[in-house]
Amino acid sequence: MNPAEMDLALNRIAAEIIEKLSAHDEFAIIGIRRRGVHLAHRLCGKIEEILKRPIANGILDITLYRDDLTTVGHRPMLRETIIDFDINNLSLILVDDVLYTGRTVRSALDGLVDLGRPNRVQLAVLVDRGHRELPIQADYVGKYIQTADDESVEVRLNEEDGEERVILIRNA
Amino acid sequence: MASLTYKDLLGIAQLSADDIHLILDTAEALKQVADRAVKKVPTLRGKTVINLFFEPSTRTRSSFELAEKRLSADILNFTASTSSVSKGESLLDTARSLEAMAPDIIVIRHASAGAPHMLARECRSSIINAGDGMHEHPTQALLDALTIRSVKGRIDGLKIAITGDIAHSRVARSDTILFSKLGAEVWACAPPTLIPWDFEKLGARITGHIEEALDAADVVMMLRLQLERQHEAFIPSMREYYNFYGLTRERMRLAKKDTIVMHPGPMNRGVEIDSDVADAPYSVILNQVANGVATRMAVLYLLSGNAGLKPRKRS
Repeated sequence: MNPAEMDLALNRIAAEIIEKLSAHDEFAIIGIRRRGVHLAHRLCGKIEEILKRPIANGILDITLYRDDLTTVGHRPMLRETIIDFDINNLSLILVDDVLYTGRTVRSALDGLVDLGRPNRVQLAVLVDRGHRELPIQADYVGKYIQTADDESVEVRLNEEDGEERVILIRNA
Repeated sequence: MASLTYKDLLGIAQLSADDIHLILDTAEALKQVADRAVKKVPTLRGKTVINLFFEPSTRTRSSFELAEKRLSADILNFTASTSSVSKGESLLDTARSLEAMAPDIIVIRHASAGAPHMLARECRSSIINAGDGMHEHPTQALLDALTIRSVKGRIDGLKIAITGDIAHSRVARSDTILFSKLGAEVWACAPPTLIPWDFEKLGARITGHIEEALDAADVVMMLRLQLERQHEAFIPSMREYYNFYGLTRERMRLAKKDTIVMHPGPMNRGVEIDSDVADAPYSVILNQVANGVATRMAVLYLLSGNAGLKPRKRS
C-alpha cells in the first residue's frame, strides 16, 4: 500500500465507525502500542473533523498481558498505558496496524477488562493478513492481504519509521 | 535489546547505566497499575517467588510482597524466627531445600554480606538481594533513583548529599554507586567514626560538615542513626549528633530552593531529622515508599524469564 491508499483506507474506516456508532453511542478510540497508537490518533482526528466534537483517545500497552512471557530470556520493553478517562459504559474501538494470529488482541481485551467494563469493544486494523490462531475478527479492515506463513507484513508510519507504506516481506 | 541479561540482581555494582535506565523506565510504566480499578496484572501468573527474610523488615518485605501480588505471582514467605534456621539449619541447606520446591525467584535479606551471592551460585532460581549486611540494598537505591528522576527529571549533574551513618548503611553504598554511575555529584557526610576511610572509591566526596554537604544540594538524603549501635560508642551522644548533623529547617536553607528531602526509613525524628523537615512539602519520603512497589515490580518482571541462566562470576 502506498501513502494515498493508506489514507483512503483510514478515511473509509472513519466513515464506517461514524455510520455504525455515532448516532446512539458515546465512544472512544484506543490504540495498541506501538503503531496502533498513531493510527488511532489519525482516526480520531478524521472522526472529530466530521462530527465536530472531541473524541476520547487512549493508549494501551499490552506487554503485561502477553501469553508468551513464560518463555526464557528477552523481556519486551514495557511502556505506559495512558487511558485518562472512564471506560465504563463506553463503546471502545481498539486500533492496531496488522491483525495476524489474534494474540495481541486477546491480550488487549484482557487489559481493557481490568480497567473497567465497556459497553462493547470493536476492532479496527489497517491490514488483515489472515492466519488466525484464536477466534477473533476485526469490525473494520483497511485491506485484506493474502499471505504465506513465512511472510510478514510491515506497516511503516511517518510518526514511527519516517516513511509511509505497507510492505510484504518474505522471511529468510 | 531492552533486557537484563543477568540471572540475579545482587547489587548496583553489577549494573550498567543502561541497565539502570531500563529498570527505571519499566518501573515508570508500572506505576499506573496502582491507580487502576483492578490493581493486578497477570504477568507473573504461574511463577513462584520465595521471600526469605533473615532480618526484621516491614517496609522492604511488604513492598516486595505487594509487588509480587500485583504481578500475580504465587508467593511463599519465610522469616528466620519461624523457619528451621532457628533449629540450626545452615543457609545453604535452607536454600537447597527451598530450591527443591522449584521457585522461579528468591528474594533474600540476610545479616551477612555475600549471602545472596552464595545463593546465586547454588540456585537455579533468580536471586534478588533485599539487603545483605552492610554491603548492598539494590532495590532501595533504584527506588531512590526513580523518586529523584520523577521529581527532578534527571539524575545527571545533580548534587546529592547523603548524611548519616554511612559506615553501617548498605543503602548509602548502593545509592552512592548508582548516583555516581548516572553522573551525579555525591557527597557523603558523617562524623569520621561513621564513614569508612575508603568510601571515596565508590565515587563520593567526603565531608564531616553537614553545611558543606547541604550547600546548594539538589537532593538531601538522610540515613537512620542506628540506635542499636549506640553502645559501640561511635558518637558521644545523640544530642550532640543532632546538634552537628541533624537536619533542621535552618540547615535546609543552605540547600537549593527546589531541593527535596529523602529518607529510606525508619526515621528517628529529632535525631537525624526534625519533624517539620520530614513532613514539609519538599519531603518525598512517602513517594519513595510508593515508588518502591513499582521498582520491585520492574525488577521482578525483568528477571522473571532469567532463571537457569549462568550466575555471574563476582560483582
